[in-house]
Formats: sequence, C-alpha cells, structure tokens
Amino acid sequence: MAGRIPLVLLACGSFNPITHQHMRLFELARDHMHQTGLYRVVGGIVSPVGDNYGKQGLVVSKHRLAMARLALQSSDWVSVDDWESQQADWTETVVTMRYHYDRIAAQYHNSKDPPTASDVPQLKLLCGADFMDTFKIPGLWRDDHVEEVVGRFGLVCVSRGSLQPDRAIHESDLLSRHRQRIFLVREWVHNEISATEVRRALRRGQSVKYLLPDSVIDYIREHNLYTQDSEMKNKDVKLRPLTMQTIQD
Amino acid sequence: MAFLRKLRRVDYHEHTLNTSESRMITPETVWVTQAYSGFVPQHWYQDKTAFFLYDPCHHKRKPEWCCWHVGPSTPSQTCTCGCSSWLGITLKTLKKEIHTHLEQHVTRTRRYRVVKGIISPVGDSYKKKGLIEACHRLEMARLATLNSDWITVDDWESQQPEWVETAKVVRHHADLISSENNSDDVDTVRCGKRRKLEQNTIICQSSCNINTKEDSPHLNLLCGADVLESFGVKDLWKPEDIEEIVGRYGVACITRCGSDPEKFINQSDVLYKHRKNIHMVREWVTNEISATHVRRALRRGQSVRYLLPDSVVRYIQEHSLYSVESEQKNANAILAPFQRYTSSN
Repeated sequence: MAGRIPLVLLACGSFNPITHQHMRLFELARDHMHQTGLYRVVGGIVSPVGDNYGKQGLVVSKHRLAMARLALQSSDWVSVDDWESQQADWTETVVTMRYHYDRIAAQYHNSKDPPTASDVPQLKLLCGADFMDTFKIPGLWRDDHVEEVVGRFGLVCVSRGSLQPDRAIHESDLLSRHRQRIFLVREWVHNEISATEVRRALRRGQSVKYLLPDSVIDYIREHNLYTQDSEMKNKDVKLRPLTMQTIQD
Repeated sequence: MAFLRKLRRVDYHEHTLNTSESRMITPETVWVTQAYSGFVPQHWYQDKTAFFLYDPCHHKRKPEWCCWHVGPSTPSQTCTCGCSSWLGITLKTLKKEIHTHLEQHVTRTRRYRVVKGIISPVGDSYKKKGLIEACHRLEMARLATLNSDWITVDDWESQQPEWVETAKVVRHHADLISSENNSDDVDTVRCGKRRKLEQNTIICQSSCNINTKEDSPHLNLLCGADVLESFGVKDLWKPEDIEEIVGRYGVACITRCGSDPEKFINQSDVLYKHRKNIHMVREWVTNEISATHVRRALRRGQSVRYLLPDSVVRYIQEHSLYSVESEQKNANAILAPFQRYTSSN
C-alpha cells in the first residue's frame, strides 16, 4: 500500500438508530477505494447530526451517540465523533468536514517531522445514493457548499436499491463538473434495510435482531426508544437547513 | 373496557344457550364475553379464538358489535360490524354475519406461538457445487445462533451417511416432538424444525366444556420463496414428499424479491389443495443478502463484515474457507436428488 493517498471517510447522518447497513457503507467504501489502487483508507468517522436538525422522529443525540459507540466498539478503524452533535445549532455538512479535515491535518503536523503534503490524509464524505438526490431539493444546500463538499473534498457514494446516483450526477451541472471526485460504489446486493424500517419494526413490536448489533438492541430496549411518541417528535418542525436558508435570503 | 370485567360470564352462557334463533336481539340481550377470559359460544365458532361483543354503552345511540380476537397479549379488535339496523335482526342472521367475518379473519390471522426454530444443514452427500464440509457449516451455524434464545442447530440430517429427503427430515423431527410431548406434561417442547403451537388459552371458570388442553406442537418447514418454487423442478422432489410436507405438516414461506409464490401456489394443484397450510411471510423490506453473494465477496477478498456475525467471519478467516478452489467442489457431480430420482425412472 506504499505510495497511496491516505484517506479518511466521514459519514454524516441521523443514525437514528445506527444499523448494520450504515456499517456496511464503510466496509464497501473501503474495499472500493483500495481497489482503485490509489488510496489507503486509514480511518472512518461516524458523525451523528445534532438535535437541532429538526428531523421527524430524531431521538436525542446522547442516545444516538451511545448506540453508535456500542455498534462500533469492535471496529478497529471506524469511530464515533460527537463534535457535530455538541454544536449549539445545526452545522452544515461542509462545516463539519472542514473541522475534521483541520483536526486530522493538525494531528499529522504534530506527529510527523517534517510533514509532507502527501502524508496528510484526504477526507471524503461517505454517503448513500439517496443523499445525492438531496442536492436538488431547493433550499437544502447552498451552492457554494456543494461546490466545496464535492470539489474540494470528494464523495464516496454507495448505491442503494434502485436509486441511480449516476443519474443524479448527470442531472446536475455542478456534480458533473466534479465527476472525478465522486466515487460510485455499486452495492450488488439489493438491500433496503434502513433506520426508518428499523424504527417501524420497533414501533410494531417486531424483531430487529440481526439488523443491528445486539448491544444496540439492548440499549434501545433499556431506554425504551422508538415508540409512537418518539416518531411524532418534530412532526411540524421544519428542517433546520431550510429555515436557515430563508433567513439568509 | 372496564365495564366488560363486571359482567358475569355465567349469565351469558345461559343467554346464548337458551335463546331461540328467531328471537330479536335487544340491548338487554347481552351477548358478550370478556376479552381475556371467558366463554365462547362454542357452537358458533369453530376455532374458539374469537368472541363478539355487544357494547351496551352504545345502546342508547347505536349498538355496536365488535369482534375480539384472543391472542397471547392484549386482544385486538378484528372487525366492527355494527349499525342501528342490527337492532332489528335476529340471532340467526347475526350468527351468520359474525361467522363470515370471523371465518375470513381467522383464515387470515391464526394465532400461533412459535416455540422453537431449528437450522438443519444438509449433508455433504447432497453434492451441491461449492458446498464445504458439514462440520464447518454446523460450527458456523452454532456460532451464529449462540445468543439466540429460541433458534438452535441440529446435526441429525448432516450425520446421515446418504442424503436425506426433506420430507424424511421433517418427519424425523415431528416424531421427536410428539414423543417428547407425550412423555412430559410441561408445555414447552424442545426440538423441531419450525413449530407452531395453536393458542388455545381460553380459561373458562364457569360451567362450560371448552377444551383447554394444549395441542401437540405443529411442525412447519421454513423456507424462502425460491424453495417453494423449486417444487416445480423436475426430478428434484418426489410428488408424495411435497404432498406430505404441505399436507401433513405445513410451510412458512418468506417472500423474496423477484418471486411470486402466490402465483406459483395457484398454478400447482397440490399446493393449492393445501394452501391453508402454507403461511406466507411477506418481507416488506427487501434484503437479498445470500450465501452465494457472501462466498463471492470472500473469494474476491472483499469485506463481509456486518453481513454475518463477527464470530462466523472470524471462523471463516481462521479456517480459510471459501476460496476459488472450494467453489469448484462438486463442480462435476450430480445433485443427489437428481441422481436418486432419475436413476429410479
């Protein structure tokens, strides 16, 4: 793996709750980036969104962080970071990315002497194909932010179900311009298990065993998360990024 | 629901038995049962798991008839069939109405309590391509089910010297269950492929003759839709075996993306005949992780973490299972059923 660019993968999201599917994203992305022959994945970060995001059914970040930590206990390269969830207000993805990039770069500068530009790991955003489609939702993303996330950092996008991320790229001039910075990972196994489905099953008293780690299931039972009531949280609240944009206009 | 508990069952028993069928139903005629325990007019229902309720609170406005279905936990309302016109009907008509509703409902949702699940890996003599030794497959299955409190692994099938037809395996486990059920009077029974225990927990404290003894656990074959559809493959199954599995025992079939098992059942006479014994489990969330895919990923050095339990992933790595070589095993062999059934033709 000598001569390869070191790479850290950052996944932002609700992780409400974290599932095996989320953890699969990391595994698939790592395999893919290694197989390009260009990269050496040195770390993975799970960054759960803050409570102010305002998404319906979002349980408090304290629980989402605890569940993610339990799930990733046995992982030797992916860890959970609470910076984003600790911020006072919701932070844009690009802000989170800048924070982590600066933090990682600082670590490298402190540890190596003299540091070379090629030693500092790159940071890319890891996401599912549904994420790509959110770029076109009006008011959800600022253009200059998308430019930075894709153009400066880069995306590793894992396909999901029937969603075609290459179509989303094709339909966006901005994304097309940065095509080389977008890595599409094809998930050949059709798998629609999502946190939404997990929450639905939990509400209905159905088993979610083998969809999440046992430790996370136990945590959910212990704290009685994910009920009819929890799903109603933020029901009439607008997503924070949408309210933020209108204020700035 | 509180008012229900005050009503005494013995009254209703008398009412139901003594009322002539042509008598008009009035608010005073309370054909009610309590939700958790109580009397079921036995001659009206065949499966003894449903009640119907006349809600006297409503009799000033509209009478409401509800059907309540008894289950292991709280009963749920199965259907409401009420309006003011009910007041003018006779018991005979009402019985017929309720019975139709219940019959439809009961065939849709019978109440079972699954007591055990068993994974029975096939023997090596099945000769499927890529099939590695049974000892490994058994051990991996055991590791995977270590922290399950109801699923276990059974090695009887894999220990037989020759390949055993599925019907024989089902029969073996069914015999085991019934012999254990006869020998002890504890209500939990060990062993069995996939079992369903008919819930028959109506507790009747007054004088009635409802049978509350638990029936012997049933055995069902649990499979994916692809297995059900394989019943149609020539020389793969013996027709009498299929008849035995669906007719005598039963099948719980999980649907998988790309197959239409209901259509297949409809097209097969034997399956259609026993369709009441085929329980379709609709998997709303597609999940196509298959062993074939896992083996492919392993051959290519890709990660299978979070597709299998970590303990199984470790076992595979430790024993270097699933390589290009292992996938070639049995490449030129004939699958055991084909060998057995075509040679006997």
